Amino acid sequence: MNNQDDIILRTENLTKRYGGVHALEEANFTLKKGEHVAIVGDNGAGKSTFVRQITGVEQPSSGDIFFEGQRVEFNSPLEAREAGIESVFQDLALCNDLDVPSNLFLGREELLFKFGPFSILDEKKMMQKAKEVLERTAIKIPNLSNHVGDMSGGQRQCVAISRSASFASKLIIMDEPTAALGVQETTQVENIIRGLKEQGVPLILISHNLRQVFNLVDKIWVFRRGRIVGEVIAAETDGNEIVSMITGMQDGVHEKASYI
Amino acid sequence: MFKRANLPAEASIFAVFVGIAVLFEILGWFVVGKSFLGNVQRLEIIILQVCIFGIIAVGVTQVIITSGIDLSGGAVLALSAMVAASFAQSADAFAPIFPQFLGLPIIIPIVVGLSVGAACGWINGAITAYTGIPSFIATLGMLVTARAVAVIYTEGQPIYSLSDSFTAIGSGAWPVLIFFIVAVIFHLLLKHTVYGKHTYAIGSNERAARVAGINVRRHKIMVYTIAGSLSGLAGVVMCSRATIAQSGMGTMYELDAISAVVIGGTSLFGGRGRITGTVIGVCILGVITSGFTFLRIDFYYQEIVKGMIIVGAVMLDQRRQAQRRLRA
Repeated sequence: MNNQDDIILRTENLTKRYGGVHALEEANFTLKKGEHVAIVGDNGAGKSTFVRQITGVEQPSSGDIFFEGQRVEFNSPLEAREAGIESVFQDLALCNDLDVPSNLFLGREELLFKFGPFSILDEKKMMQKAKEVLERTAIKIPNLSNHVGDMSGGQRQCVAISRSASFASKLIIMDEPTAALGVQETTQVENIIRGLKEQGVPLILISHNLRQVFNLVDKIWVFRRGRIVGEVIAAETDGNEIVSMITGMQDGVHEKASYI
Repeated sequence: MFKRANLPAEASIFAVFVGIAVLFEILGWFVVGKSFLGNVQRLEIIILQVCIFGIIAVGVTQVIITSGIDLSGGAVLALSAMVAASFAQSADAFAPIFPQFLGLPIIIPIVVGLSVGAACGWINGAITAYTGIPSFIATLGMLVTARAVAVIYTEGQPIYSLSDSFTAIGSGAWPVLIFFIVAVIFHLLLKHTVYGKHTYAIGSNERAARVAGINVRRHKIMVYTIAGSLSGLAGVVMCSRATIAQSGMGTMYELDAISAVVIGGTSLFGGRGRITGTVIGVCILGVITSGFTFLRIDFYYQEIVKGMIIVGAVMLDQRRQAQRRLRA
């Protein structure tokens, strides 16, 4: 069996009901340290519901969440973030009228002089750190003091991901990080994700793009109609098997289907 | 590496300011046969006229950056002025409001005036932050209420016989200096402190600010309280300059303040704007008012031009925002 010390996140019978609708039923999920996994499933399969429970956006109807071996209850996204779970949401949570360092450090600014709300910002240090962080991601942003709103979708996504990645977080969750991006930008984001793997930061990736999933992760969790229907090692399966699990139809039906 | 992208916005506002001043200068020579700018006394009057609502505009700028609005400035000014003046009467005052509180040290009416303003601002902020009522409605309620309380406070009677030490605050160049100091302080706070950063963040994307761990409610209340305090300060300065407090003081000042902020390039959509722009906006309004009077053009024509400039400034802002959405 799994060594408990190896596990960073575990859910036990995690269930979420909205009135009579069972959006998520008895999900038993485990994530090891340094592991990159994908959650796949059709629309309404419960992927996003699952993520909302473990990031504190919603609270589960029943079941438990264990993070680093401790049972946790997150009452807000902020509590999850303080515990070390960083999420990159589909609709970027960036402030378009602020520059890159301000966005990276929003809510945890570097200070020159502490004086309550009127603490003075250490702009040089934040700019310096922002440069270092973005250099690691190999993303070219010509001028970090430009407003984020004036940048391309890819650059903005990179800023959002860098923010999650740069604060020594213990777990990163990405919900469709490349859904709105072009080919080149998608590659850049995928490279950032590979970098996280090298750094040993665990990741949960939600994606509809199976090619991307096979390229990036160790293990695939398949959700269908609010239940976890499969847990497969990426190297030991193929697109057909995954699609069969997603749709619940027999193997082979999709032989000619394009899953890319 | 400097914020070059933002520089033109401010530069263009300044160019407009210079353009209007020069236009009046030229018209002055043709129409009246006198110089508009070459009259030191006139320039003094311009700056003295605008610095009272300028103080309010500094607070309104911050509220608008959070994508809110504060309509209560003029009314809060009047209420603060009335209450402050009632504690600033000289020892030999005729018909004093509080016969037991005469000849107090000037710090007391100042603190009282600022506190009344702060309390009104706090109420604005708390209503906006906790009930989800748009700030437009919350501060509209304050506009009506504060003006009414200002009337009730002395049953409509003006307050005379303010002590000499108190009226000294409004004498000479003091109001201008106070406006200047206030503008510099809040310019620096917005630019270099956590307070400023979070003010812009909330106006830019409130949800992102909340997710980032900013206490959005507390911050909004702080911004509205600061705006209220500045209206209170404007009230103190105004009644000490006039050596009298009346419940009708500062009527429509909120609109002058908002106009100055908008002309100064602060976006009503929130997230963008600076005190420097507001100061130029305040000067533009001052020059227009003074210039029309100088050309002996009727007051109501001035109002028409002001109205058009305000609408024009907002249209420009809207176009800038639309262009940015297209780019993104």
